[in-house]
Amino acid sequence: MTALILRRLLQAIPVLFIVVTLTFLLVRSAPGNPFSTEKKIPAEIMEELEKQYDLHGTMGHQYLQYMTKVAHGNLGISTQYRNRTVNEIIAQTLPVSMTLGSLAYFLALLFGVTCGGWAAIRHNQAGDRFLMLIALLGISIPSFVLAPVMVMIFAIKLNVLPVAGWGSPDQIILPAICLSIPFAATIARLTRGSLLEVLKLDFVRTARAKGLSEDAVLFRHALKVAILPVIGYSGPAAAGILTGSIVIETLFGIPGIGPFFVNSALNFDPFMTSGVVLVYSSFLILFNLLADLLYFVVDRRVKLE
Amino acid sequence: MGRSVSSRLSRALVLPAFLAGALFLFFAFFYFFGGWSLSAPADLVLCNGDEPQSLDPAIVTGQLEGRICLALFEGLTTRNAKGDIIPGMAQSWTISPDGLTYTFTLRPGLRWSNGDPLTASDFLNSWERTLNPATGSEYSYQLYYLVNGEAYGTGKLKDFSQVGVKAPDDRTLVITLTHPTAYFLELTSFQTLCPVHLPTVKKYGKDWIKPGRMVSNGPYVLKEWRLNDYILVEANPYYWRPVPVHRIKVLPTNSPTACFNLFYSHKTDLILDTRSIPSTLVQDIRNEPYFHANPFGATSFVRFNVKRKPFDDVRVRKALALALDKEDIVTKITRAGEPVANTLVPPGNAGYTPPKGLIYNPDEARRLLAEAGYPNGHGFPDVNLLYAGRGVGPQVATEMQALWRRDLGITSIHLRAQEWKVYLNTQQLIDFDLCLSAWIGDYNDPQTFIDMFVTDGGNNDTGWGDPKYDQMLQTSENTADPARRMQILRDMEKILVEDEVPIVPVYFWVGMSLYYPGKVGGFEPNFVDDHRWGEFYIPGKKP
Amino acid sequence: MRTLGLFFNVVRRDPLFIVCGLFLMAVVGLALVGIHYTGYTYDQISDASLLPPSRAHWFGTDVNGHDLLTRTLYGAQISLFVAATGTIVSLTVGVTYGMISGYAGGRVDNLMMRVVEIIYSLPTLVLVIVLVTSLDGPVAALLKGAGVTQFPPRLVLIVIFLGLTEWLTMARIIRGQVLVLKEQAFVQASLALGQSHLRILWQHLFPNLTGIIVVYLTLTIPAIMLDESFMSFLGVGVPAPLASWGTLVSDAASLINPIRLYWWMLIFPGGLMTLTLLALNFLGDGLRDALDPRIRK
Repeated sequence: MTALILRRLLQAIPVLFIVVTLTFLLVRSAPGNPFSTEKKIPAEIMEELEKQYDLHGTMGHQYLQYMTKVAHGNLGISTQYRNRTVNEIIAQTLPVSMTLGSLAYFLALLFGVTCGGWAAIRHNQAGDRFLMLIALLGISIPSFVLAPVMVMIFAIKLNVLPVAGWGSPDQIILPAICLSIPFAATIARLTRGSLLEVLKLDFVRTARAKGLSEDAVLFRHALKVAILPVIGYSGPAAAGILTGSIVIETLFGIPGIGPFFVNSALNFDPFMTSGVVLVYSSFLILFNLLADLLYFVVDRRVKLE
Repeated sequence: MGRSVSSRLSRALVLPAFLAGALFLFFAFFYFFGGWSLSAPADLVLCNGDEPQSLDPAIVTGQLEGRICLALFEGLTTRNAKGDIIPGMAQSWTISPDGLTYTFTLRPGLRWSNGDPLTASDFLNSWERTLNPATGSEYSYQLYYLVNGEAYGTGKLKDFSQVGVKAPDDRTLVITLTHPTAYFLELTSFQTLCPVHLPTVKKYGKDWIKPGRMVSNGPYVLKEWRLNDYILVEANPYYWRPVPVHRIKVLPTNSPTACFNLFYSHKTDLILDTRSIPSTLVQDIRNEPYFHANPFGATSFVRFNVKRKPFDDVRVRKALALALDKEDIVTKITRAGEPVANTLVPPGNAGYTPPKGLIYNPDEARRLLAEAGYPNGHGFPDVNLLYAGRGVGPQVATEMQALWRRDLGITSIHLRAQEWKVYLNTQQLIDFDLCLSAWIGDYNDPQTFIDMFVTDGGNNDTGWGDPKYDQMLQTSENTADPARRMQILRDMEKILVEDEVPIVPVYFWVGMSLYYPGKVGGFEPNFVDDHRWGEFYIPGKKP
Repeated sequence: MRTLGLFFNVVRRDPLFIVCGLFLMAVVGLALVGIHYTGYTYDQISDASLLPPSRAHWFGTDVNGHDLLTRTLYGAQISLFVAATGTIVSLTVGVTYGMISGYAGGRVDNLMMRVVEIIYSLPTLVLVIVLVTSLDGPVAALLKGAGVTQFPPRLVLIVIFLGLTEWLTMARIIRGQVLVLKEQAFVQASLALGQSHLRILWQHLFPNLTGIIVVYLTLTIPAIMLDESFMSFLGVGVPAPLASWGTLVSDAASLINPIRLYWWMLIFPGGLMTLTLLALNFLGDGLRDALDPRIRK
């Protein structure tokens, strides 16, 4: 197990290095000056700005300056928000995204496991079929279609929830639900599938034979094993929630890191874009590692190198 | 069963542990890292269009940043609710007969928000900072009107004492200009010419604009600033007159529909920015008591690249100008009652009568196009219409393409959308055939529009130039008689919109705002769309 | 063949599969053929701006007066095109990669799967956004030089890079299958006979993979379609004046307000997109359950 951790962490460094390098070079080489405004800027001022940001000179020179800064933990200054360091922007916006993402994941787990388990119990009856169709719908309906529909219904027609914004508890409900639905759906399907498998296994039959009630069998033995694929799914789920939150934050006007990322990519802000990519990648690598570790811990029979 | 106790235990705990872990993570971030922002209650909430890129008055360029800066800082002059220039930091001024020397007398007892006295040297040193190339101020050219301003601003001159601004004593500022500038007083109210508290700037560097650090001299001080969330400003106790509204919360919501939704659900009291109001709704809310529209000194127009075929032929340019059904565009697409523009300079400048311009005449247009060699659009080469893919741009461009097809038979105009920054770059490189553009006047005088099109002007971007035009501008700048000067400017505009036609004006902007008059006072329609927050008050509420 | 037989089994089990199949064919048919019979072209403007559904305009109109039915079908063309071509890219890369990895085995396989593991943990959509926005200019110049004006550079980039995002699952599954298949008698026999590796891969292994390929193909199409629509929604996807379902929904979502609910702008493109994804997912699910021998229900 330590071998796994070590391997992953060592792998992470060159991977992050490549990813950040690629992002920085790509963004810098794109046409479109990060300092452009509607009114033409005198050439001397432009040059001065470039020098201040270490964006002057050859690409190699700019790249080296940037990487030196990164090595010291300094992600640079945003060319868009000229008084803000990238570190600062991320420090303020990442917690917001984390809050939204973790709530969405929690909801996905809650609803997914519950519905999947329930469907497995009612296997092949009407309830099962219905739930699985709903789950399929959950994966198929894009979040940016669902969210406006829910806004239309709950925020405008029924007027029970706010349309957008951040700051009060009722403003997190719609975004978190919209974000969680596709993942809840997948978790439901996974739970149901693996639960059905597990319910056929020997040890369950033995437990039943011993006289334990159906519920006890289900919840004390089967569910624990059946949860394995869900844990395995956590890695991709984290990735999905991350990208999904970009859209949700844009739709609901939530001050998370997502809209900043899109903005910085569209405005060719090399530091902000690279910084966000670095943060996203690190987070995902970490989360994948945690998920794999948890999986490993839970089932020592899973073969890992 | 052969399973050890510990393994059973660990398995039993997995699911609940997992759920609890996720839940804990959620609440931890929620409470400890400020995911949940609780701000002090505000007396007025307004929508400002987007997250400001900075609040340093010397370097901001956008209108939305300018609004906040002008609440926090104040220059020699300011504006009242109607938009007239009134004394600000300066209580009076005199102008020499030749129009070249301005002498400002500052009010007595002026202070910064930390109690430090504010003197004329603050202005001197702030302007030095703005002009200094090291600051990277993109609007520093506004100080080029000063003697040697341009030389210092481009780095050619290193000694600032040679620039035409002096502070002989704490309350006097003497400014010498290179030529008489009719709108110079307006410039002194602009944020670029506001003073900043230099000790703070020196001490904190780039961080000086953050709440708790910023020291300002305007009606408000910066209290809180959460990225993409809100900005809170509070009345400055050291400001020279009482500030009626104590706390203002500024929302950076950038989607027009979201802004409207906030207003409709009473989460915001005032929507200041025209671009924050959904154009599709305007017809429906036009008669509501909360809807307000006023003429606004900005124009949307189309640029030709006169160096590329077929637009090197003035007949082709005139044909497209005459065949554009601008009424259709303002009625169907922009919908705010924008006046059709056949001239570039928006109406509303005192003392200026615009020329007639080219009025919609499809028959004449077809005749010209045929004469130029493209009867009914046959043989018209493939050309691109460049536009920025945001706001009403895409819809306007789509409509234009269809209108020219309808009235001239041209089917080879292709749409080319680009991101804002890329679009700006492309426009400045003049790498287009047609380009959808706009210009917001910097000040209330026709010159801000007309001087764009001097030969090789930084904001010309058409490839067009005419020495006669340039000469006329020089003459106008050295003309002391305002009526004569306006006449020259009119003749210049005639060249632009009737004779040479490097551009086709399309419509003049309408400034729109949403607020209930019973809830917000001190907000009046004005031509420059410049509403100073120090003028706001809440009707019926004691300040 | 075995594949076809299983296919009929699947269809017999649940008539809903036929419905899905027919629906998808209808969508494709309408998008390619039906669009010419709506009575409007996709870029035809009119004064009938933002009207609800009526006899003249079954799906209503948008701001420019475009007929929304025609626009939705046009969006279908673009969305389906991107999804299909992206899937082909994905397929090519994934199958080749998986086959080589599984066949080679040992350290090569280890390394190749390690790379997959790494890419799996990257925020691929985020990187695609960066790639697409940055390379727009250079690719534009490239296409201009090659004289290709049909496709906007952004579209080409999206197809390529989204395809390169979704091949991982396919590669893994293929590799797994190849690992099993290569131990089988007929493969061993071919090796003993001295047949070249390429021949073995193509003639013996590949035919046995077609079933799985079809299954994951059906599951990759909706994945890419969803990715593309995400990007178009954010404004970094299909460029104007082209419009995919993602852009149509994005336009619609930005219009929702308490006074005028332009519901048809959202419901029709969004609904059609959802139904298409639903049908694809349903079909893919069913095919996977039936054809993939590893999964028992």
